Amino acid sequence: MADTSSDERTITGDVKVTIEHPFTEFLRMYFKNIAAVLAFICFTVIVLVAILGPLLTDLDPFRIVWMPIAPPGQDGFLLGTDSLGRSIAVQILYGARASLAVGAAAAAITLVIGLLVGSLAGYYRGWVDEALMRVTEFFQVLPPLLLSMVLVGLFSPTLQTVVFAIGVVSWTGVARLARAEFMKIRELEYVKAARSIGSKDARIIWRVILPNALPPLIVTAALTVGAAILFEAALSFLGLSDPNIVSWGKIIGDNRDYFLEAPWTVIFPGLAIFVTVLCINLIGDGLNDAFNPKLRER
Amino acid sequence: MQLLSILVQRIGYAVALLIAVIIFNFILLSLVPGDIAETLAGEAGGASPEVMEQIRKSYGLDQPFYVQLFNYVTRVLQGDLGTSYYFNVPVTELILERVGPTLLLVTTALLIAIVVGTLLGVIAAQNPNGWFSHLVTILALVGFSAPVFWTAFMLIVLFVSILGILPLTGMVNPTTESGTLKWYLEVAHHLVLPSLSLASVYVAQYSRLARASMMDILGSDYIRTARAKGLSQRKVIYKHGLRNAVIPVITIAGLQFSYIFSGAVVIETVFNWPGLGTLALDAILRSDTPTIMGILFFSALVVIVFNLLTDMACRIADPRIRSSRNA
Repeated sequence: MADTSSDERTITGDVKVTIEHPFTEFLRMYFKNIAAVLAFICFTVIVLVAILGPLLTDLDPFRIVWMPIAPPGQDGFLLGTDSLGRSIAVQILYGARASLAVGAAAAAITLVIGLLVGSLAGYYRGWVDEALMRVTEFFQVLPPLLLSMVLVGLFSPTLQTVVFAIGVVSWTGVARLARAEFMKIRELEYVKAARSIGSKDARIIWRVILPNALPPLIVTAALTVGAAILFEAALSFLGLSDPNIVSWGKIIGDNRDYFLEAPWTVIFPGLAIFVTVLCINLIGDGLNDAFNPKLRER
Repeated sequence: MQLLSILVQRIGYAVALLIAVIIFNFILLSLVPGDIAETLAGEAGGASPEVMEQIRKSYGLDQPFYVQLFNYVTRVLQGDLGTSYYFNVPVTELILERVGPTLLLVTTALLIAIVVGTLLGVIAAQNPNGWFSHLVTILALVGFSAPVFWTAFMLIVLFVSILGILPLTGMVNPTTESGTLKWYLEVAHHLVLPSLSLASVYVAQYSRLARASMMDILGSDYIRTARAKGLSQRKVIYKHGLRNAVIPVITIAGLQFSYIFSGAVVIETVFNWPGLGTLALDAILRSDTPTIMGILFFSALVVIVFNLLTDMACRIADPRIRSSRNA
């Protein structure tokens, strides 16, 4: 138990109790989960590649560099070429940007809408709750991917539309979770105490309840990013994304008709999506363990 | 009696939800830049302002917003979803033709996911730290992280390219006479890969869920009682435990129906399955607005009906939630 960063306080007489700073405890718990640590390292590398990717190669992802569907490893093309003779490796390198950026932006929209709806419903209850939950149920009835396909199809297939279309269909889960947390916490004594000293609603919601509702929400936030990346991949696989921007899903969609002759055009970009989302989910697991030490045995 | 009154209330609510979907569709349509007159004129290669006015009038676009909205809602409620720009047949007809294959795919995948997922979870829960439990946890993580269309391609590599035992695309050989035994066998043969791919995501989720709930159940009093009266381990687990472990899985499956429906859209396009998903993508890529909106409305209808059914099924199956209104 003795940890260098924990401070020791003598409480009564000579009984020594070590009290760990919550953040140190969090880190200690997270680092116990080896898979989560490896996932974090791997994800950091992926993010760095996404940011620096274009510096690592002087090839343009759209340029035809070699004969079409050349298998991996031949003539210096690490992962082979696609149906138009463009390098798969370079496309994956560039695609990381769009996939991660759209995933992160869409997840941010999802979280903001979900948090707003859920916190207001859970805090105010009554008719506000009733109305907001009806809206949530409404969005749960529309198949999310179909609705976002329709949104992208009706409006223009730009990066912004895609981000918006993903965010606007996937917030219901976050809203329900936030609502449940707010409903639970608003009954606790420290919230009553805050109310009794005359704190305004906005202060109670954002400064008193929200920080205490954060642990499960942070875990959900991590999982939301993973889900948004998968969502973007599905949309661009279907051809409903900006045609001028490479993303992992789009590489697969572009080559799907040549899949049997050239499986590498689909396997490698898919592997990139899979590994990225797997890392994010493992990080989510690690965060969950770290925030809920009691549930660790599960 | 009480069940009946809840049923009536739920149906009323479902209808209200459906009308909300129609209004949402209408608002969405009115937000889209350009109107039907421009689309039609564009297809005809341009039209004079008088003709455009004529078209607008014939489609009722000159009327005030609320009149148009009211007309739209009553039209859709009567089952009239308009005529497809591209296929040039009534959208309702088009959808009814395609809904069978989609429902077949979705329900098969759902059944596979519930049965396999629950079994994996229940077996894993008996020895939470054993190798099988770890394997299930890893499988769940993999199934959860892989894009569903990529899983489909990987299954194709295995079953079509390497083993060569399953067909690649389509639902049935077009020359086979429908209704014959051969036809059913062919459909079943073609159904294996799409339904397995679609189920993979949910097998992952449900095994995790069943594992957690079974671990809870194994610590409960009634399992101890069952053991105390001398039942065999097999009977305790599969008769008493399984029954209760499957309830949360079915509840979640009911709630997730719209997601599974979404997954089916992608899977259908991979396997060229002649369902609503392929129709939706075709319609979107061709800007066939009436068909797009029709499918959106119709899938919401399917989800609402399905939710209603699972809600009622859970109430009948589980006396504890039978009378609660908010379950």
